[in-house]
Amino acid sequence: MSQLLTPKAPPPAGGGAERNLRVHRRSALRTFMTRPEVGSLVGAIIVFTLFFSVSDTFRTGGALATILYASSTIGIMAVGVALLMIGGEFDLSAGVAVISSGLAASMFSWYFAVNVWVGAAFALAVSLAIGFLNGWILVRTRLPSFLVTLSMFLMLQGLNIAITKLITGQVSTTNISDMDGFDSARAVFASSFSVLGVDVRITVLWWLVFVGLATWVLMRTRVGNWIYAVGGNQESARAVGVPVAKVKIGLFMTVGFMAWFSGMHLLFMFNTVQSGEGVGNELLYIMAAVVGGCLLTGGYGTVIGAAIGAFIYGMTRQGIVYAGWDNNWVFFFVGAMLLLAVVVNGWVRTQANKR
Amino acid sequence: MSTVTRTETTPRADAGAGPEAAPLLELEGVGKTFGHIRALDGISLTVGAGEVTCILGDNGAGKSTLIKIIAGLYKPTSGRYLVDGEPVDFSSPRQALDRGIATVYQDLAMVPLMPVWRNFFLGSELRKGVGPFRMLDSVRMRRIADEELKKMGIDLPDIEAPVGNLSGGQRQVVAIARAVYFGARVLILDEPTAALGVKQSGVVLKYVNAARDAGLGVIFITHNPHHAYLVGDHFAVIKLGEMELDQPRSALTLDDLTHHMAGGAELDALQHELKRGEAPEVEPPHDAGREGPDVQTR
Repeated sequence: MSQLLTPKAPPPAGGGAERNLRVHRRSALRTFMTRPEVGSLVGAIIVFTLFFSVSDTFRTGGALATILYASSTIGIMAVGVALLMIGGEFDLSAGVAVISSGLAASMFSWYFAVNVWVGAAFALAVSLAIGFLNGWILVRTRLPSFLVTLSMFLMLQGLNIAITKLITGQVSTTNISDMDGFDSARAVFASSFSVLGVDVRITVLWWLVFVGLATWVLMRTRVGNWIYAVGGNQESARAVGVPVAKVKIGLFMTVGFMAWFSGMHLLFMFNTVQSGEGVGNELLYIMAAVVGGCLLTGGYGTVIGAAIGAFIYGMTRQGIVYAGWDNNWVFFFVGAMLLLAVVVNGWVRTQANKR
Repeated sequence: MSTVTRTETTPRADAGAGPEAAPLLELEGVGKTFGHIRALDGISLTVGAGEVTCILGDNGAGKSTLIKIIAGLYKPTSGRYLVDGEPVDFSSPRQALDRGIATVYQDLAMVPLMPVWRNFFLGSELRKGVGPFRMLDSVRMRRIADEELKKMGIDLPDIEAPVGNLSGGQRQVVAIARAVYFGARVLILDEPTAALGVKQSGVVLKYVNAARDAGLGVIFITHNPHHAYLVGDHFAVIKLGEMELDQPRSALTLDDLTHHMAGGAELDALQHELKRGEAPEVEPPHDAGREGPDVQTR
């Protein structure tokens, strides 16, 4: 053990042709194929073709408007849920949080006999608070979001019914359609507009706006960069100075905002809110995001993908009705679609990344 | 193992060391306890500009705790931490970063699924526009990331490639380039060659040299004395939370270093014992007077 290691003169730093990098420039097609949305896009085309060929009604403009409406009710929430999932977390309370928001707005306006917009503002505060609480508990306890939001889900489900019964004596809220501000609120949250003679629900428009906005934030802003980073590798993100806790809480509050919007839509669409509803919808939002290419583990996916996922859901849901099949097939198809999309997404990703 | 003779084998032992310069970073008797567990005790360390300080130590020796103190993740429970001669009290890595102390972690603090340029600027994104419409200046970030990597001699054909597609060595270099670009004066490299093959390690060591030549103070944490000796100007061996050896390059040979890393006196005892095939001897056979704890400390 007496070898002497004579250090060589410092090797020339830099300049060297470090070209043995095994990363090749990818072709445009390859780049497209590595997009997270590819699997869902293929799925959407398949589902569309299927129902297009079996159902006459499916081919009409009115049917498309209905499908888009069904998609938008899931899709608006899926925007928030997809952002959250890219940020590495779930929200199982999202489904009942929508109802909580509708109940809060309705009962607040009715009980205090104020303009419904005041109730809506109160509901917004409630929804954001629920989101904040989810995020804050998650950050403080470091529990998995599955557990935190499952607890929140159960608590909200109980609160929704218990408080509604306490205030109205029933399981649903009182009709608020004759209250001040109802018409203007309905115009914002639940009206229709006409495109080429077809009535389209305004939620479709809002859905597109939210998808566009979220995509811009995700791709073009610093916050978007942080969302991908905290989902992809939380510790790394923290180490380079990304405010991980704020990003996570912000994401939960975004879901809260979307839940508020969906709750307002429900309220001003149907005038009353059934306190026991919303259960199970959280999984549909997650389904839409995952079908759209978001990784359950975070750090990967797009909001556009989630929108396509929601559209697939809408098509399946309405397509089965138009085709005259038993409605119970819907969930079978949605489930099969989810499985297929996850497998295809994974396969496409590995194929496209192969050299 | 023959008695170690301290031969001068270093052609550039004091070349870039600049011993007269004010130390960029200084630890004075720093210690850290977690409840009853004493992770570090009485660690003193000086890092000057253009100097590579190697910190060696076995697993669990306290290297990681030391880095975390320097990087601002932990606060020391005793001792003083000085930057540019003034005491500091960092409560987050961001604060350390603002004083020019950048850490390249073992896991590199990179997000594998994100493109190279997004990783390069993560946490310090360049933006354009005003108010709520401020957005990422992706064109400029792509260009700068590409330029900075080329400066380090790395030419990635696709700056959009996810970092996860790069090799381990390349990722290290991207992380080093990032730290240098963001004005690091002290670069802490946590086991940069640990998971790398021979060639990739060479690539990284080359950039350690490049960073030193650029005037940065480098703290190079490793458990490989061969890698350390290739680039180091100053060596510290940590054992069970204490400084076992603290020597400039001129006072050490690779043999000394390897000897210390391999277990030092303990190894001597073991070797002695195995050679004779006799009953275990407790007394360290030689070099008992050298720095570092002897057998009984364990």
